[in-house]
Amino acid sequence: MNIEHERYLQANNKEFNSIFVYPNNTIKTSKYSVFNFLPLNLFEQFQRLANAYFLILLFLQLIPQISSLTWYTTMTPLMVVLSITAVKDAIDDLKRHQSDDRVNNLPVLLLVNGKMKEDKWMNVQVGDIIKLENNQPVTADILLLSSSEPYSLTYIETADLDGETNLKVKQAISVTSDMEDHLELLSAFNGEVRCEAPNNKLDRFSGILTYKGKNYFLDHDKLLLRGCIIRNTDWCYGLVIYTGPDTKLMQNSGKSTFKRTQIDHLMNVLVLWIFLGLGIICFVLAVGHGIWQNKKGYHFQIFLPWEKYVSSSAVSAILIFWSYFIILNTMVPISLYVSVEIIRLGNSLYINWDRKMFYAPRNTPAQARTTTLNEELGQVKYVFSDKTGTLTQNIMIFNKCSINGKLYGDTYDKDGQRVTVSEKEKVDFSYNKLADPKFSFYDKTLVEAVKKGDHWVHLFFRSLSLCHTVMSEEKVEGMLVYQAQSPDEGALVTAARNFGFVFRSRTSETVILVEMGKTRVYQLLTILDFNNVRKRMSVIVRTPEDRIMLFCKGADTIICELLHPSCSSLCDVTMEHLDDYASEGLRTLMVAYRELDEAFFQDWSKRHNEACLSLENRESRLSSIYEEVEKDLMLLGVTAIEDKLQDGVPETIIILNKAKIRLWVLTGDKQETAVNIAYSCNLFEDEMDEVFIVEGRDDETIRKELRTARNKMKPESLLDSDPINIYLTTKPKLPFEIPEEVANGNYGLIINGYSLAYALEGNLELELLRTACMCKGVICCRMTPLQKAQVVELMKRYKKVVTLAIGDGANDVSMIKAAHIGVGISGQEGVQAMLNSDFAFSQFQYLQRLLLVHGRWSYNRMCKFLSYFFYKNFTFTLVHFWYAFFNGFSAQTVYETWFITCYNLVYTSLPVLGMSLFDQIVLKTTYWTMISHVIIWGSLGFYFCMSFLLYSDGLCLAFPDVFQFLGVVRNALNQPQMLLSIILSVVLCMLPVIGYQFLKPLFWPISVDKVFDRIQECRRLPRQSPVRTKLKHSSTRRSAYAFSHKHGFGALITSGQTMKSRMSKKNTLFSKR
Amino acid sequence: MIRVRPPFPSPFYPPPLSPPLVPPSSPSSLSPSLWRLQPTYASCPRPLAEECPASSALQRRRLWRWPWWRRRRRRQRRSSGSCQGQPAGPLGGPPASGGAVPRGSMAMNYNAKDEVDGGPPCAPGGTAKTRRPDNTAFKQQRLPAWQPILTAGTVLPIFFIIGLIFIPIGIGIFVTSNNIREIEGNVFMYYGLSNFYQNHRRYVKSRDDSQLNGDSSALLNPSKECEPYRRNEDKPIAPCGAIANSMFNDTLELFLIGNDSYPVPIALKKKGIAWWTDKNVKFRNPPGGDSLEERFKGTTKPVNWLKPVYMLDSDPDNNGFINEDFIVWMRTAALPTFRKLYRLIERKSDLHPTLPAGRYSLNITYNYPVHYFDGRKRMILSTISWMGGKNPFLGIAYIAVGSISFLLGVVLLVINHKYRNSSNTADITI
Repeated sequence: MNIEHERYLQANNKEFNSIFVYPNNTIKTSKYSVFNFLPLNLFEQFQRLANAYFLILLFLQLIPQISSLTWYTTMTPLMVVLSITAVKDAIDDLKRHQSDDRVNNLPVLLLVNGKMKEDKWMNVQVGDIIKLENNQPVTADILLLSSSEPYSLTYIETADLDGETNLKVKQAISVTSDMEDHLELLSAFNGEVRCEAPNNKLDRFSGILTYKGKNYFLDHDKLLLRGCIIRNTDWCYGLVIYTGPDTKLMQNSGKSTFKRTQIDHLMNVLVLWIFLGLGIICFVLAVGHGIWQNKKGYHFQIFLPWEKYVSSSAVSAILIFWSYFIILNTMVPISLYVSVEIIRLGNSLYINWDRKMFYAPRNTPAQARTTTLNEELGQVKYVFSDKTGTLTQNIMIFNKCSINGKLYGDTYDKDGQRVTVSEKEKVDFSYNKLADPKFSFYDKTLVEAVKKGDHWVHLFFRSLSLCHTVMSEEKVEGMLVYQAQSPDEGALVTAARNFGFVFRSRTSETVILVEMGKTRVYQLLTILDFNNVRKRMSVIVRTPEDRIMLFCKGADTIICELLHPSCSSLCDVTMEHLDDYASEGLRTLMVAYRELDEAFFQDWSKRHNEACLSLENRESRLSSIYEEVEKDLMLLGVTAIEDKLQDGVPETIIILNKAKIRLWVLTGDKQETAVNIAYSCNLFEDEMDEVFIVEGRDDETIRKELRTARNKMKPESLLDSDPINIYLTTKPKLPFEIPEEVANGNYGLIINGYSLAYALEGNLELELLRTACMCKGVICCRMTPLQKAQVVELMKRYKKVVTLAIGDGANDVSMIKAAHIGVGISGQEGVQAMLNSDFAFSQFQYLQRLLLVHGRWSYNRMCKFLSYFFYKNFTFTLVHFWYAFFNGFSAQTVYETWFITCYNLVYTSLPVLGMSLFDQIVLKTTYWTMISHVIIWGSLGFYFCMSFLLYSDGLCLAFPDVFQFLGVVRNALNQPQMLLSIILSVVLCMLPVIGYQFLKPLFWPISVDKVFDRIQECRRLPRQSPVRTKLKHSSTRRSAYAFSHKHGFGALITSGQTMKSRMSKKNTLFSKR
Repeated sequence: MIRVRPPFPSPFYPPPLSPPLVPPSSPSSLSPSLWRLQPTYASCPRPLAEECPASSALQRRRLWRWPWWRRRRRRQRRSSGSCQGQPAGPLGGPPASGGAVPRGSMAMNYNAKDEVDGGPPCAPGGTAKTRRPDNTAFKQQRLPAWQPILTAGTVLPIFFIIGLIFIPIGIGIFVTSNNIREIEGNVFMYYGLSNFYQNHRRYVKSRDDSQLNGDSSALLNPSKECEPYRRNEDKPIAPCGAIANSMFNDTLELFLIGNDSYPVPIALKKKGIAWWTDKNVKFRNPPGGDSLEERFKGTTKPVNWLKPVYMLDSDPDNNGFINEDFIVWMRTAALPTFRKLYRLIERKSDLHPTLPAGRYSLNITYNYPVHYFDGRKRMILSTISWMGGKNPFLGIAYIAVGSISFLLGVVLLVINHKYRNSSNTADITI
């Protein structure tokens, strides 16, 4: 088997492509086939410890010398358990088969011998040319050749792939797009493609198309991936590159990491202990048997002679060991795993069904995507939260701006007092027919400035409406819909639109604005796109007046350094405004411009083109080229965008805090923004004793900062006599655990990503952990996705606590995967996070219900279930141990075989399950629903019915050897002693339990009891309504702008160099019907 | 499908203040104050239970404090449907006619704030399918429940009542058991064996129930479980197995030594000592021939037996497998010291005691060896009451449990009285 290093294929050349034996486009997600289902499934099931154990038992029982129970006592439960699991697996797999079949048999138009022929998806081969139509899913990973749209653009929706619902644009290279839909040309197309081997990187593709002797560079903008859906494009043709299992979609559907809960672990440990206990008990009994055999059995041979193979009592004892091993098998709970799965499934369904976690505006109920982690929810100690989109709505609202040193956005009444939002009057935008009616702004002075024709204000808004990568859609005349890469951009362009600088449409070379009602066409010369390092973007346009202008927007820290010295005084004024905005928690952005000299631009443009075409170091060359032109900028102003908190976030955080659940905010955002949000969502409070900031740039500084913080919080933790320090000096082996340390007050910690990179290494990570864990709230900013995961891992490694990570974006995926429990917010940023999460819902506030209600209930139910389950099995089994002392340790059972067979599976399973599905622990009482009653009394009744059936004349006479206890029930229940004994035993068993339950809250109260008492107290003495917590924080803090972490459309927009014959279409570009 | 509730007022409990169904954000023709909290809520620490998930169950508790009519409304509100997009109808309008009104009318009472999600529950236009989970008691975990609450008011009475019931029952049982005199009424004669392991596993399974049930193939080919008492001298043993082989075969005879020196034999009844089901259903002689001997043809007697199974008794109704001594023996004892019913001594008349006072002699025909394994034999004579033979245990147990319960009740009462008010809830804030 040689590994594919490079893919080589030729269009329309089946013979050539068949050399490489590429797979066809069939996908197979199913696991079993009809023939291998039974062996494969059984093999998988017997890998479970308990199942394997019972298989061994079954074999032991077949040995007559030691068989103390008939084979069916083990066989029946084992069969039932195996078949339940097998049926479940079979149904799952059947569904997968069906969906595979459905997908494989979808029709697709295939180019065969110059004609389009309908074929099935699975028959598509590498090198085929296929035609896709509007709203069709993409069949395989194909290279876009041509499409119905101008410039061979093709719009796709990638919701299935990355969950983002905004449209993306792909574009064919010019040489192939010329073929359009001419079938003869397409059939004659014999381009050769060399590209990378199949991989799972969704955003990467590189290859070279060789056609008519020329090489063309291919990147992922030309590749349509399987799983996307064609939108707004009548047709497109594509060359199949990757098929079936090679497609990026299938390559990505790898095995997800399997998370196990601590209960899982506990269960395994328990089962092992039980094994050990079982072995000891069997050994004791075997010894007992040996002694008995010597003392009594030997003499009793007159009535019960020894078997021939038993030469001495020792041999007999060895056999008895195994006999007891069989008898006591009910100690090892065979139905444990199945029951646990059922309970978890039930509790997961409750989460899915919970109306209190349903978010109506987005019509999304909560979703338990993993059904195995429920009880872990109840043990969460640390919550790691993303900020953007999780704590905040990621809805940006253009709130304020400062243009040329003048503040706009605040409204004041006559007395000069700031007016609150509810009293404000919206600005009337009726002068602008293209205004967005949803946009609201309150400061009339800005509109007046626009109407007056203030040069700077106009330039400011012109800049906002030109410098972006937003796409516009105009389905109905005048109804513009913007497709923005980041919500910040959308907010800015929308703001400009409302003030009269409407971005109407764009082509690859022009941007059409409607400026105060007049349509103006700007020539788009270059887009200097955004990326994380540059933190800015610029456009260079040629105005209708034939001036070349560069407009730039970006983070203030970056732009300030690029400004022309002449605007330093303006810059100072603007910086003050920036501080004001920051203190209000607004996201800010600086806008600047520069007029370019024609000659300079031509020269620069030439070098820019060269850099664009270079294959090596393209990125770095481009960015240095960009820097050449982005300098000596003239400051225009600052925008301020409000990042709205999600509903109920502060309240949720307060409650989580009360539940002693610590919240750490891990964000990629700037420190100031993050701190602002932390205050506004109650993670930090003004009353906090101190907030430590760690921002050192080297090991020593960071260590000092961390130690100073700890010295404040708990001075004794730095002494050598501190138990943890002593413990650490002994250099314990991993894994060790750091115990909880309590600080002497309320503290907060802020650490940025740069320092964190150091702090996460070596000895410092323990310092960091100990300091951070003493704080009430921790904020880590400027985090990379990897660092987020590292922080979670750090916590998991040294603190044996359950962690939960909650986030909404692709940058949170790593931490969601790393944490014990990952929660995805199905929010604005797509569903990448959700797809990798264990639980998903759409509002941060539902975390409260998930953890404190569902988590707590699940945990309690699971714990009660385990106790109950082991209790019932132990009581049932250990009777045999007791009885052994009366029957000569001969492995005689107390119960008859059918009772043993049915006990676990039929008689006692439902009450246990019922309790673990319906119990609610908020009150300290047991919670008996109708269903509980039905189950408990039903099981009891069922037991008696079964007994009468099993001991009935008919059955016993039909199989006298199997059912030996004819008439026993009738005769036994006839006796009053029997009934009296039953009553006595029940009462005797209940009395201590009731007594203990009664005394417990008095002498050994747990928090639930205290809460219960407290509730009663509250009911007696009504309290005044709680004081509203202050949400807004007034002290001055800095904030900053943050772009979303994505590349813009820039390259795509400017690369449309192909001129098409259908010029008429040009005008309607980006405004498809 | 979106079900839209008809805007009828509740026919049963026209609410004094009817909350509108629209969410707070929507404009409402009603005064906002109408859907604010009702006074009864105000005593709770939180304004609304739904704001705090954990408190949903607390809220259930709170029901107790509500006036009954409000309690009913509350429950109805919970059961109301999935979509509340319709504005409320006229306030307190005339009740519609009884049962014809759909349950949906209860939606009227739906407090808009019950929904956390705030926004309009129905998509505008109502075309999109809502994925809002069903509002059923089961799915929302609000099944009606009985909650046994262990407070002083419930626990202490239980203890006292148990004590008060159990002690008399125990005394009754104890007295009944003790009053059993050995000589009145029908007297039962038992033989007892000690140190005899009839409950040994290999012993217990060493039998063939098919054979004992009269199965002719099992008669001639007994089960392997009977080894080593399966075949003897190439003939199948009937009845096979260790149990049958070790059957107790001493003969006990009881004589009354009266004033005259001739001992008078007491009539011992052999029949009626086994369970009816055993005698008539479980044990059957094999079919075939006229005489019992013929039916057992081809089999041989168990090794230890003196005579074959068809010669156990002269009475054909008590011979072969349905011999009651045999049946009694075949029902193996659970403990190594046991007694088995041997004979019945029936009361002859009401005037004379069954066994009058006097000297008796017991004649034992000694066939059954027990000294090998240090066994003991006993003979017991007893009458039985409605609750079996003389056995003080159950009575004592009842008295003991009853007393303990009563005592515990007293102790708990004292403890409760002493510690009730020292609640330690200071560190709990709600």
